[in-house]
Amino acid sequence: MSITLSILYLIATVTFVVGLKMLGHPETAKKGNLTSAIGMGVAIVGTILLAEKEVPTIIYILIGSAIAVGGIIGWIIAIKVEMTKMPELVSLFNGFGGASALLIGIVEFNKNIGVDSSEKASISIIATIIAAIIIGSITFTGSLVAWAKLNGSMNDIRFPKYNLINNILFIGLVAFATYIAVLNTDSAILMYGLLAASLVYGFLFVVPIGGADMPVVISLLNSLTGIAAAITGILYNNMVMLVGGILVGSAGLILTFAMCKAMNRSLASVIFGAFGGADVAAGSGSTVGGTVKKTSASDSAVLLNYSDNVVIVPGYGLAVAQAQHVIHELEELLTSKGVNVKYAIHPVAGRMPGHMNVLLAESNVDYDKLVEMDDINPSFPNTDVVLVVGANDVVNPAAHNDPSSPIYGMPILDVENAKHIIVNKRSMKPGYAGIENELFFNQKTNMLFGDAKDALTELVSELKNM
Amino acid sequence: MDQFLEFISSNLQLFYILILAIFIGFELIKNVPTVLHTPLMSGANALSGVVIVGAILVMLQSNPEDYLALSLGFIAVVLGIINVVGGFAVTDRMLQMFKKKK
Repeated sequence: MSITLSILYLIATVTFVVGLKMLGHPETAKKGNLTSAIGMGVAIVGTILLAEKEVPTIIYILIGSAIAVGGIIGWIIAIKVEMTKMPELVSLFNGFGGASALLIGIVEFNKNIGVDSSEKASISIIATIIAAIIIGSITFTGSLVAWAKLNGSMNDIRFPKYNLINNILFIGLVAFATYIAVLNTDSAILMYGLLAASLVYGFLFVVPIGGADMPVVISLLNSLTGIAAAITGILYNNMVMLVGGILVGSAGLILTFAMCKAMNRSLASVIFGAFGGADVAAGSGSTVGGTVKKTSASDSAVLLNYSDNVVIVPGYGLAVAQAQHVIHELEELLTSKGVNVKYAIHPVAGRMPGHMNVLLAESNVDYDKLVEMDDINPSFPNTDVVLVVGANDVVNPAAHNDPSSPIYGMPILDVENAKHIIVNKRSMKPGYAGIENELFFNQKTNMLFGDAKDALTELVSELKNM
Repeated sequence: MDQFLEFISSNLQLFYILILAIFIGFELIKNVPTVLHTPLMSGANALSGVVIVGAILVMLQSNPEDYLALSLGFIAVVLGIINVVGGFAVTDRMLQMFKKKK
């Protein structure tokens, strides 16, 4: 590697660290993203122009056209995507990164070990290549499944004993990989077998996971893509890949832990255990009874109009209905009538961490009005009306008072302490894993059924007439 | 086992960097407010596109007659660059929304 290229890689590595640091603060985030992007550009251009050996022109042309094609596709996707679709997009890009790593693994396997190799590679190189193939494959199919589930084209599929099956497959995968590495085989069939097994595992790993658990899965897959990139970096002894990949890997892991904490799960139970599984739901024997009070948009409007303090709790239903603009309109209208309105943001509301913040930012909601869970919980007893829009598990009191509930112990928004509660939902259908929500049967709760966008629009027009 | 130890000792520098990078990653992200989690994730996602450097190296080192390696490398570069360009661009778009309010 030429000295110039090494220095360029060093610069790129520094921009990654600095950029990621800046991305963590609201004022510098945009510059941080740009800094990393420039560093990435430097690394890419440097790699192409400062190649060690003589490279035929045709290869340069191929690389150039690959970058042009992919760059344009990436740009168009990024410009066109709706903000409600961010979780899908991140999953899709994750899958691409993973696929890229696995393709590199295949080529290097052929070159170092398989048919094209002249001498036997060392066990460490084989292990590295195999790790790249396995992690790249799991990330690839796992992310594609996550993407398909998020955009609604695939439902949760739960086989009986799927946990057992997945765990056996995982152990088998590790054993198989060790076998190939120790055997120092040049058999391409074994490698493709491993590839297929990894792809299947990635698929099965995400398939049973329910929608509400997606934030954890997405950040875990994000972390895995980083690790896959870092492993290919080890293969090429390439520092920018190694450091860049590891940064993403550990950052993703931190977010994964944060999400786990917000849902009161351990990471081990996420990977190997009952993860939003039917087994757990069956354990919650307590059924919630009582009558549900239905309300109308006009009654809700009256209630909201004569309140002093209103808290809005947005959830995934808001994103599905694309109701982020209407809710902002409602909030502004109420504020103009002298009502104090805030939004309560649960860490795992939506389908990826911080999803609600992005949506509300898109519709220009004031940053100061978004209050995090720990800060808003003490103020619920002084709140006149809580308006829950498309959220369910994050406001379920069972987390506090039903030890048999799968979500028992999960930190929630204590909306039941408010004086009145209005819940907007499409139907009485429970959230993930079929947990009933006793909040809906609470004396203080009024159910406003309907699509979030339609219901809120009606609410806004009722308020305007007052 | 010997081979493994040899691998570590001959790549000692690599392992120092690996371990330090893990800690830097943890420290950088530890106290990020919830509001930035989504942009952070998509920004980090773009960074993991650094795997494209490996994909380019695959193509650069391939024999022009090795169609399998070249086509796999080509797909890897396309997917990698989509990850990079798309990831950075969408993060920028998202952060733009956060910014315009102030």
